[in-house]
Amino acid sequence: MSIDASVRPKRRVRLDSTVIVYIALVVVVVVGAILVNTAGRNFFSTGNIRDILTGMSVLGLVAIGQTLVVLTGSLDLSVPYVISLSSLIAAETMRGNPNNIAQGVLFALAFAAVAGLANGLVVTKLKVNGFIATLGVGLIIKGYLDTNYKGSSGSVPTEFQYIGATGLGPVPISTIIMLALATLVFLFLRKTRMGHHIYAVGGSLEVSRLSGLRTARPVIVAHIICSVMAGLAGLLLASRLGVGSPTVGSQGGYDLLSIAAVVLGGTLLAGGRGSIWGTIGGVAIFAVLDSVMSAIQFNPFLKDVVRGVVIVAAVAIYTGRGLERRRARFSTKEVSR
Amino acid sequence: MDIEINDDLRNSDTRRPRMNTPILEARDVSKSFFGVEVLHGVSMQLMPGSVHGLVGENGAGKSTLMKIFAGVYQRDGGSVLFDGAEVDFTHPIKAMHAGLATVFQEFNLLPERSVAENVFLGREPRKVGFVDNRGMSRATGALLAELGIDFIDPDALVASLSVAEQQIVEITKALSFDARVISMDEPTAALADHEVELLHAIIERLKARGVAILYVSHRLKEVFDLCDTVTVLKDGALVWSGATTELTPDSLVRMMVGRSISTFFPAAIEGTKVGETRLSVMGGGNGYVDAIDLTLRAGEIVGVAGLQGAGRTELAEAIFGAVPFTRGTTILDGEKVTIRSARRAVKSGIALITEDRKAQGLALRQSVLDNALLVIRGVFASRTAVVRREVPGILSSLEISFRGLNQEVQFLSGGNQQKVVLTKWLATKPRVVILDEPTRGIDVGAKVAVYSLMRELAKEGVAILMVSSELPEVIGMSDRILVMHDGRITAELEPGSSEETILSAATGTLTGPLEEVA
Repeated sequence: MSIDASVRPKRRVRLDSTVIVYIALVVVVVVGAILVNTAGRNFFSTGNIRDILTGMSVLGLVAIGQTLVVLTGSLDLSVPYVISLSSLIAAETMRGNPNNIAQGVLFALAFAAVAGLANGLVVTKLKVNGFIATLGVGLIIKGYLDTNYKGSSGSVPTEFQYIGATGLGPVPISTIIMLALATLVFLFLRKTRMGHHIYAVGGSLEVSRLSGLRTARPVIVAHIICSVMAGLAGLLLASRLGVGSPTVGSQGGYDLLSIAAVVLGGTLLAGGRGSIWGTIGGVAIFAVLDSVMSAIQFNPFLKDVVRGVVIVAAVAIYTGRGLERRRARFSTKEVSR
Repeated sequence: MDIEINDDLRNSDTRRPRMNTPILEARDVSKSFFGVEVLHGVSMQLMPGSVHGLVGENGAGKSTLMKIFAGVYQRDGGSVLFDGAEVDFTHPIKAMHAGLATVFQEFNLLPERSVAENVFLGREPRKVGFVDNRGMSRATGALLAELGIDFIDPDALVASLSVAEQQIVEITKALSFDARVISMDEPTAALADHEVELLHAIIERLKARGVAILYVSHRLKEVFDLCDTVTVLKDGALVWSGATTELTPDSLVRMMVGRSISTFFPAAIEGTKVGETRLSVMGGGNGYVDAIDLTLRAGEIVGVAGLQGAGRTELAEAIFGAVPFTRGTTILDGEKVTIRSARRAVKSGIALITEDRKAQGLALRQSVLDNALLVIRGVFASRTAVVRREVPGILSSLEISFRGLNQEVQFLSGGNQQKVVLTKWLATKPRVVILDEPTRGIDVGAKVAVYSLMRELAKEGVAILMVSSELPEVIGMSDRILVMHDGRITAELEPGSSEETILSAATGTLTGPLEEVA
């Protein structure tokens, strides 16, 4: 008798949640295309595809960063204000002069990185819950914005506006940048120790600590990357608007929408499980829904209702699956001899 | 078990120490918490390639000693020698790197990460700066193979593994640090018997590699089967340390508790009568159990045996309505009832003492009193004030030791926590009590208290269903023994049936009387 047979449980292959997201995306695209066609328009027209991809780029950037933060078990509610102030810093530094582009980008991202560092330090060193810590940092930035800006300010040169306006065929440059960064972050999570440790601290701080990890670092790094991504989103918005705006971030609702996309993408809000590609899928679902609802002239007030239903349904489905899997641990059938 | 020890493996172990000097030694180690000394000058030696049992009641100081070795706690006095040199581990990871690994009862694993990622957490192998995921899987597979395990996929999520498999992952992790000492805190507490065999086979392999095992266990049989030497602690002091061959089960129990094993399972109390049927289930079934025919009578203790995964806990949860039956009929005291929720069950007078005390039985950060009143407040709120006055009496009748009604239950020992759980249910004055692994991870003294309580309840006419993986417990306490296999009750055995009979029914090789009927 070999020692293995008696404890080997039967394992069923389960769909990864990322796969489910993309199945859901396909369903949304098919149903959306049919609805749009019945409204007499072509869902797959170049213009429409470009609109959807453009819609994905800003939220995508923010959601990539948010994924990292959520994976560590934290949250970032300061992103809208980081976006707004980054756009202002960039536009005011550039002042319409193409020679200042590099400087403007640098300043905006440096500010974002500092904001992220502040978030990360408050969460890890002062042990303030991420929700409150980033809300606080966000409010501080908001206070600065409210007292110093009454409206849009600065201007970005035409050269910089190209980033937001051009594309390769139907694919906007901004979307390509977003997807390239998604790939980079995916590789970062998969191929670096820091990436592995982001999952570890989110999975269990105690296990990570007992395994000798410096548990603050992954959280701080995730917060910095998240804010820098928000800074990039601010730059992209500045490039589209041509100016910096103190309200561009909060009007977009990027804090809650990015968290929603992350969760829709199958990342556990408690941290420790999730993927970048799931998040991108979640962002795509939101973008397609938006596009379809505009195309069929859906009641704008009901748009958010649809978004809300989608996100709640998604989490309910994941939770149900999670419960089932937990149970399976206790009901694995033995292989009888 | 065909455990072959690979000779190459043995020779390749360059860190193999001399066999005649202790690899780990405690000299007069003492430790206090908040001014209370919990270890009084304990000394013990652990020899390479041997298994050393550390036994004693809960609160005897076993875990504290183990955690001092592991670097979780710092000792206050005395010294710890590892491989002949005095050591002072300030962090568990330092002990791990030195070659002293600990498998705690609560696993230190990330359920959402793979086996390989868990084994190498914090030490992920890299190639040109990037984590070598494939190399990590391969290395993990090799370590598992050294333990003789070929059925755990290094890329599987830990959450998908059974408890026994997760424990193997912990041991693999210890092995990856090239551990020369592995301490295990009640490693078999959550395992079924066949899994215990597997663990013991792994321990034999580790022994043959020269690894020393410090083995904390409540199961006396294991101590005799497995341990070469034994240290007995009582109330934080050393009682005895020496070769297992010098011990008998009776002398060991006496040293641990000052009481002989013959009184371990109390006999039925004079005047206990098995009366009318309290609860019967006919053709009960759901997604986890099937074709359940079951009768519980007043004053009767019915034991349920079976392997892990046989559906015993699921049966308990089905009767209690936590995961209700979807088929069949349930009759309670002559009335047909449909129990679709735990709340319904509680109102009908059914109590379930769950298997997992910490996760399902207690609100750990709330007080003893709040926990004792949990069910009453939730279901019979109008009786709260009355029961509030009864709680201290119930607690003291169970001989619970605690600092006061306001103490948070997380600070109580396992045995005392279990007594709080029992108080919570006794407060509801149940007619049917289901106990799922009632003595898991609690000390001998508390076990006897639980057994005595079951006898008392039986005397009062309560019907008792006890699910247990401990065969001596099932045999010692049950008036009837049901054996489950694959979600069904496959045999009904007489009281006092032998372990062999129960095991063969549990593995499905014995045709029980029920199967003949069916």
